[in-house]
Amino acid sequence: MNTKLETIEFNLYYGDFHALKDISVKIPEKRVTALIGPSGSGKSTFLRTFNRMNDLISGVRTHGDVLIDNVDLFKIDPVALRQNIGMVFQKPNPFPKSIFENVAYGPRVTGLRDHKKLEEIVESSLRSAALWDEVKDDLAKSGLALSGGQQQRLCIARALAVQPTVILMDEPAASLDPIATQKIEDLIHTLSENYTIVIVTHNMQQAGRVSDYTAFFYTDDTRTGRLVEFDETKIIFTNPADKRTEDYITGRFG
Amino acid sequence: MKEKSGRMIADQTVKYILFISAILSIIIVLAIAYFIFRESIQAWKEIGFTNIILKSVWRPGQDQYGILAMIVGSIAVTIGAIVLGVPLALGTAIFLGEIAPKGVQALLRPAVQLLAGIPSVVYGLFGMVVLVPIIRRINVPGNSGYGLLAASIVLAVMILPTITSIAEDAIRAVPDSYRSGSLALGATKWQTITKVVLPAGRSGIIAGIILGVGRALGETMAMIMVIGNSVKFPKPLTANPLTFYLSKARTLTGNIAVEISYATGIHESALFATGVVLFALIIIVNASARWFIKRQSSIPTTRQ
Repeated sequence: MNTKLETIEFNLYYGDFHALKDISVKIPEKRVTALIGPSGSGKSTFLRTFNRMNDLISGVRTHGDVLIDNVDLFKIDPVALRQNIGMVFQKPNPFPKSIFENVAYGPRVTGLRDHKKLEEIVESSLRSAALWDEVKDDLAKSGLALSGGQQQRLCIARALAVQPTVILMDEPAASLDPIATQKIEDLIHTLSENYTIVIVTHNMQQAGRVSDYTAFFYTDDTRTGRLVEFDETKIIFTNPADKRTEDYITGRFG
Repeated sequence: MKEKSGRMIADQTVKYILFISAILSIIIVLAIAYFIFRESIQAWKEIGFTNIILKSVWRPGQDQYGILAMIVGSIAVTIGAIVLGVPLALGTAIFLGEIAPKGVQALLRPAVQLLAGIPSVVYGLFGMVVLVPIIRRINVPGNSGYGLLAASIVLAVMILPTITSIAEDAIRAVPDSYRSGSLALGATKWQTITKVVLPAGRSGIIAGIILGVGRALGETMAMIMVIGNSVKFPKPLTANPLTFYLSKARTLTGNIAVEISYATGIHESALFATGVVLFALIIIVNASARWFIKRQSSIPTTRQ
């Protein structure tokens, strides 16, 4: 199996605060990798490293290597990188634009003008995000008029429209009801055939259901996030190597 | 028990005082409207509505009181100020809200606000000693330097702080989730600003521009000092229509301020009628600003 994303001794600081320490992990291609761990253990920060959204926060410093397809990620222009690595946020954040314009946004900013092509991309992206059948007659309707679950699938469609190879998801179902959550989880499963997916979740059952691999992050009193263990999800959940992983998964803390 | 009732009386008293203050401002507005209108009735009756609004000859000596030239003057300087001032104000607002680092913001924002605190007569002086001599160098027959262009430039600077601060508020009110959503899709910062942030803040930005228009329509002293105060209908000086802005003119506000000190009888009443027209224009402008602000706040950020 190919490694899609890799970090080697990766460290991140917010000013003087050491947020992530010595994270080394290989994230396999076209699999779902879940990042789990207690609040403040640096999962989301680690996730945002891959599309360099941390660059937007002043005072962030890093050292150590981050590779995508064996290329140094920090040598890639962030705008180009983000077209290759899509992101879905915790709270659905469609733009105050029509459904069509939401999905067409990514291709448009990369310079696509051909309306016929845009229509094709919008349809195929909405189909891949399992939203097409619900909205195909209402593409001119505002994205904000959809339900929360639909909004989140719209955001997934929007990310797919740029044709990324990696999709980062930051607790994508945290603000959704169980039925909408189910749909997102099914979708993650389908998408993993074609995309490398990295998902942060607080929900152990969800990590167990959707992911092939799991990384367990942990932090002690210093609040510095460390990677405790990375393995196939079924091993992490049934036979973890580290006592802290076992305690967390069985709900003894966190 | 005794102390509690004392507190309750204080509470009630404060409530009434606040209520009276609020009512008072409404009464003042209505009183101003009433008295201006009352003083203008004679003009409306004896000269006639259309003769005031639609005629452009203002000759108080011959009982001709058409103010169309001043209506055009006021609207022309306002348009000029908007054309020159809005791009500058929006640029400043975008820079302050989206681009400038904190230190620069801390320097620039008070500087822009300070523009709002400069007395209008000082703007007029600046216009007279700096702008008018520069404009006079434009080689067009009949160009004195005084006129619509000088007035538009002075006004553009005067409305800058109003538009900038309201537009900046509108830009800041756009949720950060839109920006991160856009950047995460591979949009550049500038694409994010023009395609997401500005459209999302559009209503507030337009409201700011409309409030700027209101300010421009009402400006008096600086206008009198640089516009030339001609009662003639402003016209291009040559075949080139752009020379319209080199023409001298007079605004509605200037008309009142220049003549009210010596006007009597029907002349005085006609100046009050000028005030009524100005009042009506400003009410329309403010009402439309209110409408845009309301529309802005009713846009849902997420579905409830």
